[in-house]
Amino acid sequence: MRKKNLFIRTLAAFIGVSVVLFQPVTACAEEKHYTYNYDYWGDVQESPDLYSVSKVLTSSELGLDVKLKNPQGLFAVGNSLYLCDSGNNRIIELNRVSPEKLEVVRVVDSIKGGSGPATFNNPTDISVSEDGNIFIADQGNARILKVDKDFNYLMEFIKPTDNTLDPALVFQPNKLVVDTAERVYCIASGINKGLVKYENDGTFSGFVGATPVSFEWTDYIWKKLASQEQRAKLESFVPTEYENIYMDYEGFIYATKARTEDQARSDENAVRKLNLMGDDILVSNGNWSVGGDLYLGSGGGYEGPSILTDVTVMDNDIYVCLDRNRGRLFAYDDQGRMVFAFGGNGNMDGYFRRPSAIEHIGHELYVVDSLDCSITSFVPTEFGNLVYSAIEEFDKGNYEASGNYWQQVMDQNGNYDLAYIGIGRALLRQEQYKDAMKYFELKYDRENYSKAYKQYRKEWVEAHIGWIVAIILILFLVPLTIGKIKSIKWQIDNADIFKVEENR
Amino acid sequence: MIANVRENLTPKEKYIDSLKFALYCTTHPLDGFWDLTHEKRGTYAAANTILALALLIRILKLRYTSFLFMEVYWEDLNIFMYLASIVFPLTLWVLGNWGLTTLFDGKGRLGQVYMATCYAFTPYVLIQFPLMIFSNFVTVQEAEFYSVVSLLSLVYSALLIIAAMGQIHEYSAGKNLLFVVATLFAMLVMIFILMIFFSMVAQGIAYFISLGKELMFRM
Repeated sequence: MRKKNLFIRTLAAFIGVSVVLFQPVTACAEEKHYTYNYDYWGDVQESPDLYSVSKVLTSSELGLDVKLKNPQGLFAVGNSLYLCDSGNNRIIELNRVSPEKLEVVRVVDSIKGGSGPATFNNPTDISVSEDGNIFIADQGNARILKVDKDFNYLMEFIKPTDNTLDPALVFQPNKLVVDTAERVYCIASGINKGLVKYENDGTFSGFVGATPVSFEWTDYIWKKLASQEQRAKLESFVPTEYENIYMDYEGFIYATKARTEDQARSDENAVRKLNLMGDDILVSNGNWSVGGDLYLGSGGGYEGPSILTDVTVMDNDIYVCLDRNRGRLFAYDDQGRMVFAFGGNGNMDGYFRRPSAIEHIGHELYVVDSLDCSITSFVPTEFGNLVYSAIEEFDKGNYEASGNYWQQVMDQNGNYDLAYIGIGRALLRQEQYKDAMKYFELKYDRENYSKAYKQYRKEWVEAHIGWIVAIILILFLVPLTIGKIKSIKWQIDNADIFKVEENR
Repeated sequence: MIANVRENLTPKEKYIDSLKFALYCTTHPLDGFWDLTHEKRGTYAAANTILALALLIRILKLRYTSFLFMEVYWEDLNIFMYLASIVFPLTLWVLGNWGLTTLFDGKGRLGQVYMATCYAFTPYVLIQFPLMIFSNFVTVQEAEFYSVVSLLSLVYSALLIIAAMGQIHEYSAGKNLLFVVATLFAMLVMIFILMIFFSMVAQGIAYFISLGKELMFRM
C-alpha cells in the first residue's frame, strides 16, 4: 500500500540495482503453512490452526445412491443444510447430527403444483425465509421458485420487465437471498446493474447496489481518441457482476465480486456490505483490503487475485470468504481486519479442487467442493475458540474477560496482530491508557493509539497542572526580572549624579 | 553583523564564527550567501558540520519520531543506503551545478558550491530536530501540524539552495532559476550514465565469470 518504500528514494533503488547485479540469484522456497495471517507490513505470519477438518463428506458418506454432480449452492438454517445438487437437478436436505455426521432427510427433484415445469433445471442456489418458505434459483428454467416447506408451488419470480434490459437476454438467476419480509435479491448472469430486487408479491422493484465503475483516466483518453470500430473492441466501463451474496442476521447483504489485478493492487475491497439503499457500508479499518491474498504472483499454477466465490457471516460479525482461485478461506472481523486465512488447492483433507459454496452452523464451517463433489466440515480448534471468545466477550462489553482471552491467544501465537490490538482495546476500555498505548504502538494501530494517548495526555496534564503553571510562570518571570534588574543597573550606571562624581 | 568582521581570528574562533554565520544566512539569504564566499565568512569545517548534523538527525528521526509519522520497516533498512539518500543527490547536485555554471560565467568554485549547499541545510537541522521531539506529543488528529512544518523545513532549505547558487555565481534571478532547472537535468543525465556504466561493468564481470566457469567445467 504505502509503507515499505516510504523512505527508499529512487537513488537508493538505483544503487540497489547495481548491487543486486553482482549477487547470485537465489530462489527462495519457503515451507507452506496451512493457516496464516498478514501482519502490518503485509508479511505472511504463520499461525496455529483456527480450524481443523472434522470430516470430508462425499456421496458415499452421505449415503446417496446417485452421486453428487457439480453441487453449487448451500444454505444453512438451524441444524438443516440445503444443498443444491445442480448437476443432478435436485435439492438435498441434510440434518446436521454432528460435524462428522450429516443425515440425508430428503432428496427433492420436483415440485408439486404450478403451471411451469415440475422438475428443476440446474438449480444453483437455495434460500429459506423466516416463515419456512423455500426459494430456489432454478437457473435452467429461467425462474426463481417460491415453494412451501413441503415443496408445494407458491409463486415464481421471472425476468424483470425493465426497458434497459436486452429483450433477447435469457434470465439466468444464479444466487439469491431472501429477507425477513420475503423480498428476494438475486444475482443473474448477464445483468450487471446490481442485484435484482423483487417485492414479496413477485413484482420487480429495481436494481440495487451496482458496483461502482472504476477506470484509468488514460483509458478514458484513449477511448475519446478511438474511432467507432476501435471503441467497440476496447473494454467497456461497466460494473462487474457479483459473485455471490449472503444475508446476515441483521438483514445486511454481503456481496462478493471478482477483482481485476489492478483493483486488487489498488486495495479495493472484494466484499461489499449493502444496506437497504444498496450503499456499501463495509467497515475496512484493517491494514489491508478485504479481498483475500495480497500476493498475486503465480504459484502452483494459480495466479491473479483471490476470487471470493462465496461468503458467510457468523453471529459474531466475523465473515468467512471462500476463494475459488487458490481454494482458501479468509475470515475478517467487523472492522475488516483479517482473522485467519487457510486452505489451498489439492486432494488432501482441508484442501479443495473447485470450492463453490460455504455456510456455517454456529462456529462450524461447511464448504462445498463442486469438482470433488463433497462437503468438508471444519470445527474450530482450541485456539480458534479462544479467538472467538475474545471477540465475543468484547462485543458483550466484558472487556476484562476479552483481554484475558486475547492474552491466552497471544501466548499461543505471538505474531497475531489482532491479539495485541485486542488487549490494547480491552485496556483502553479499562482506562489503563499507558499500557494500551504500548500494545497499539507495537502493531502500529494509529487510531487507537491516538485515542489512548489523548486520554493519557489529558490525565497527565490534570495531574501536573501545578507544575506546568509554575514552569510557565518561571519562564516568563525570570527573563522579565533579569531585564528589569539590568535596566535598573543601566540607569544607575548612567545616572548623571554618578557621572559627575566620576568626572571629578 | 556584517560590520563586525574581525580579522586575525584563531582557527577555533573562525570555526565558531562561520558556524554562527549559518544562522545569518538562514535569515538573510541574499546578503549572507554573498558574504559566505566573497567575504570568506564560511568554512568547510562548518559546512561539514551542518551536513553531518543533517545526516545525524535523519537517522535519529528513524528511531525517535513517533510511529504516527514514520513507520520503519527495520528488516529492510540499510543505514548506509539511507544516508546515501542525502549524500548522493548532494554530490550530483554539486557536480552538476559546478559543471554547468563554470561554462557559463559562474564565479563559484566546486568547493564553494558544496559549502553553500551545506549551509542551506541549516533550516532542515533547526526545524526537524525539535519537530522530532514534538511528534511524540501529538495524536493522529493533530498530525497536520507535523506534516506542514516538516514540509516547510524542506521548502525553506530548497529556497535557500536556489538563493545561494545565485549569489555565489553572481547570477541574475532569471539566469539562476534557469541553471537550477538545468542542474536538475544534469543530475538525471548523470544518473543515466551511471546506470549504464554499472550495468556494463556487471555484464563485463558476468562474462568473465561465465568464461571461468566454462573453463573449470572443461578441465
